[in-house]
Amino acid sequence: MAQPFLKKDDDRDDEEYSPFLGIEKGAVLQDARVFNDPQLDARRCSQVITKLLYLLNQGETFTKIEATEVFFSVTKLFQSKDIGLRRMVYLMIKELSPCADEVIIVTSSLMKDMNSRTDMYRANAIRVLCRITDGTLLTQIERYLKQAIVDKNPVVASAALVSGIHLLQTNPEIVKRWSNEVQEAVQSRAALVQFHALALLHQIRQNDRLAVSKLVTSLTKGTVRSPLAQCLLIRYTSQVIRESGVNTQSGDRPFYDYLEGCLRHKAEMVIFEAARAITELSGVTTRELTPAITVLQLFLSSSKPVLRFAAVRTLNKVAMSHPMAVTNCNIDMESLISDQNRSIATLAITTLLKTGNESSVDRLMKQITNFMSDIADEFKIVVVEAIRSLCLKFPLKYRSLMNFLSNILREEGGFEYKKAIVDSIVILIRDIPDAKESGLLHLCEFIEDCEFTYLSTQILHFLGNEGPKTSDPSKYIRYIYNRVILENATVRASAVSTLAKFGAMIDSLKPRIFILLRRCLFDNDDEVRDRATLYLNTLGGDGSVVETDKDVKEFLFGSLDIPLTNMETSLKNYIQNPSEEPFEINSVPREVKSQPLAEKKAPGKKPTGLGTPLTGPTPVGDTYERLLSSIPEFASFGKLFKSSGPVELTEAETEYAVNVIKHIFDRHVVFQYNCSNTIPEQLLENVFVIVDASEAEEFSEVGSKPLKTLPYDTPGQTFVAFEKPEGFPSVGKFSNVLRFAVKEVDPSTGEAEDDGVEDEYQLEDFEVVAADYMVKVGVSNFRNAWESMGPDFERIDEYGLGPRESLAESVNAVISLLGMQPCEGTEVVPSNSRSHSCLLSGVYIGNVKVLVRLSFGIDASKEVAMKLAVRSEDENVSDAIHVIVAGG
Amino acid sequence: METCPSVKNILLLDSEGKRIAVKYYSDDWPTNNAKEAFEKAVFNKTQKTNARTEAEITMLENNILVYKFVQDLYFYVTGGEDENEIILAAVLQGFFDAVGILLRGNVDKREALENLDLILLCIDEIVDGGIILETDANSIATKVASNSVDAGAPLSEQTISQALATAREHLARSLLK
Repeated sequence: MAQPFLKKDDDRDDEEYSPFLGIEKGAVLQDARVFNDPQLDARRCSQVITKLLYLLNQGETFTKIEATEVFFSVTKLFQSKDIGLRRMVYLMIKELSPCADEVIIVTSSLMKDMNSRTDMYRANAIRVLCRITDGTLLTQIERYLKQAIVDKNPVVASAALVSGIHLLQTNPEIVKRWSNEVQEAVQSRAALVQFHALALLHQIRQNDRLAVSKLVTSLTKGTVRSPLAQCLLIRYTSQVIRESGVNTQSGDRPFYDYLEGCLRHKAEMVIFEAARAITELSGVTTRELTPAITVLQLFLSSSKPVLRFAAVRTLNKVAMSHPMAVTNCNIDMESLISDQNRSIATLAITTLLKTGNESSVDRLMKQITNFMSDIADEFKIVVVEAIRSLCLKFPLKYRSLMNFLSNILREEGGFEYKKAIVDSIVILIRDIPDAKESGLLHLCEFIEDCEFTYLSTQILHFLGNEGPKTSDPSKYIRYIYNRVILENATVRASAVSTLAKFGAMIDSLKPRIFILLRRCLFDNDDEVRDRATLYLNTLGGDGSVVETDKDVKEFLFGSLDIPLTNMETSLKNYIQNPSEEPFEINSVPREVKSQPLAEKKAPGKKPTGLGTPLTGPTPVGDTYERLLSSIPEFASFGKLFKSSGPVELTEAETEYAVNVIKHIFDRHVVFQYNCSNTIPEQLLENVFVIVDASEAEEFSEVGSKPLKTLPYDTPGQTFVAFEKPEGFPSVGKFSNVLRFAVKEVDPSTGEAEDDGVEDEYQLEDFEVVAADYMVKVGVSNFRNAWESMGPDFERIDEYGLGPRESLAESVNAVISLLGMQPCEGTEVVPSNSRSHSCLLSGVYIGNVKVLVRLSFGIDASKEVAMKLAVRSEDENVSDAIHVIVAGG
Repeated sequence: METCPSVKNILLLDSEGKRIAVKYYSDDWPTNNAKEAFEKAVFNKTQKTNARTEAEITMLENNILVYKFVQDLYFYVTGGEDENEIILAAVLQGFFDAVGILLRGNVDKREALENLDLILLCIDEIVDGGIILETDANSIATKVASNSVDAGAPLSEQTISQALATAREHLARSLLK
């Protein structure tokens, strides 16, 4: 014992003081035998349990056998009257989470404790028993739990209520029977009992909107004592407000007064909960916001970091939707930039960046520069993103903001941080024309000393697209060629492509570019050499300086409008089926696959017990094309433009299940009917579909292919082909009847009778709609695509969509009407927003690229207005899109 | 929708970020490795901050983390990102002060380990399965440090001094009524 005094301050010594030093599972399990002694030493037993708990806490695990042994010996300890030991026993049982047949052993002991005169026993026994119990046991103890809920000891009541909250997840029907007792407990004078009772009561009734509304109405009038219960009530109140909506006539919001009253509560947690609830009200007005902002502002100057953080975080969110409401707090926010707590400082800065006006930008940037050096990367990224949006808001200030970005780009930082900066600069260059030249130079300087290959290649690619369009493109060449000399193969290959782009765009630079590219022919990497060779040939690098033609530019600059997954599948197929013919890129389907969704949907609709699902694994794209071209009648139709998803023509669980797939060709449509016979006693023969196209005037039937036999459980297809005007998006409605001959089958032998009976089966109608002529093809950069398409065939018009359910619903309706691919995630409508822009792209029949910009607005009475701007390569197509929308 | 305020975990670490006592109530960290990785991230993110006079706060992995340090003991409470920060801070303060009472003011790692049973009971009395049971430090400490002998047991099994203590308590209770 003398040794520790010698070097008392040594860290290693501290550890020697630990009562658990050198603790070892085997030894402790050995120690646990004291639980079995006839004369229990309570102190010793407590110590052993503490050791066991320590081991579990440190992540040690017990095998099944060990756990069972410990559990059984622990149950012996119920004999002891020592309260401290009993507490440890409770804790141990909870940690061991015994299995059902073990639970039975302790049930009687715990039930005895539940009825003990000692409050602490009752409370803990309830918690333990409810934690380890299953449904069957619960009915036995239900009576005691109901009593406990209204027990006059608050600890016991809380224990029962909290256990009820947990049990509601597993045994809702039992817990719901306790509502009367819970209701009584809500009126308890004990603060926490009220809190737990309110939480349980709400969970019991949460699916009954009326009951929740009643609960809130009665409690908001009364006095809720506990601050925690008050917070709960505020949450429930917001929920009721959300569901009831604003009273649009008077502009008054139900329960707003209650929330505002809570802002004057004495407990900070309640004040904050109420302020936050007000800021999150949907469509909150400035008048409603003001009192909440005022209390949050007071929190900003609190001495407690938690309060400052809570306030600034909430104000930060408010600033996104209501920047003006937060400007009053700007002075307090500015002082928070130097807050010791970096999370608070970062939130303050990003809030200021959102609320700041043009004149304050420069001052703010100065403050931030000092701040940036001593915060972590994750905070810096947040700041960079805030600065990017600020710059887009105040384009005139791009100079100081761009300077800031280029300064921090030069400093140390990790990949995510640098990527955020580079992305920001790229976006600024795209959106602010004046910023282009300086921005590009900053990026060039950055790649001179950039350790991240990914960023270098991205910048080189971007430079290739934007650099040639600047006033003096030649100044970038040095930076690019330096990459060829200094960097790794990936970056070198990228730099070669960039050089080629300069060469293609600027004839005066061509001879010099050729010299540089020729040097690359001796690179030691295949890819670099290959690229150099390819570009020299396409650009005519054999010496003759010719003007680069359009195809080459398209090749260099055009984006790959084929989904990469489709490309991959096609290439794999090509390799698997060796052929003399070269790979044809045009054979790759352009349709963006939504197959997983369709597949998920399909099996759910099938009657169970069917061996093969009706459609099987739905063949898509090229598989369809192969299938159709293998049918001689349809082989002459040319290239398949689009195949729709399956449209069900029968109800689920009927005798015959049929769905149709619409295949669109330039001058034809082919309907593929997938049929399935679900009656084991029947064999269908000569199956075909009679199509009535009287409501589809532009279509005339040109051929069909019946299905010879359709045995039970083996799907088959029959086809009907129609002719339609070439390249024209004809629409129409088709009604269908399935015709066939039925033969009885003896299920035991599987043999069919000889004589068949003619029969028919009515199928549902379906339509060919305009969206069937549109292929979903995404573009990676909508803005670029839009601009390069040009306004020649632009058509803009406005439409009123009438009252709709919501903005999101309207947006989705228009997207599915047009059948186009939403770009850049614009199909997602943020909740609460009153206007939305959506970008769509697609290819229309005749291989015409179409881009659509939709702007939606919704007013208080849910009237939706829409502005539709279409650009395409053909004015007829632009008009056609408008016709679709006008007709839809 | 889960609207009841809830705690995802309570951590008590030492000055090297090692576990003294931890309790997780959420499935966000299913394995011990995940838990240890989280504790490491928590410790690295907070160890340099000064959380000795007032509780501090930060975000980590979409969670709110409130924490307070004393000597070589680091107290943490974690909640979801939509949780009311002040409620979490109340839980932390309850835990922190209750431990102070239970360790009779000698709040350091050695004392905490020697009274680990009290610390574990203390955590057990503050939160049950993520739901806050009690935030008042005195109530928590009282519940943890109740007399060592069953008050309901026959007096013959109690020692004289314990019997006196019980008697005094009984007296005091009847006076309060």
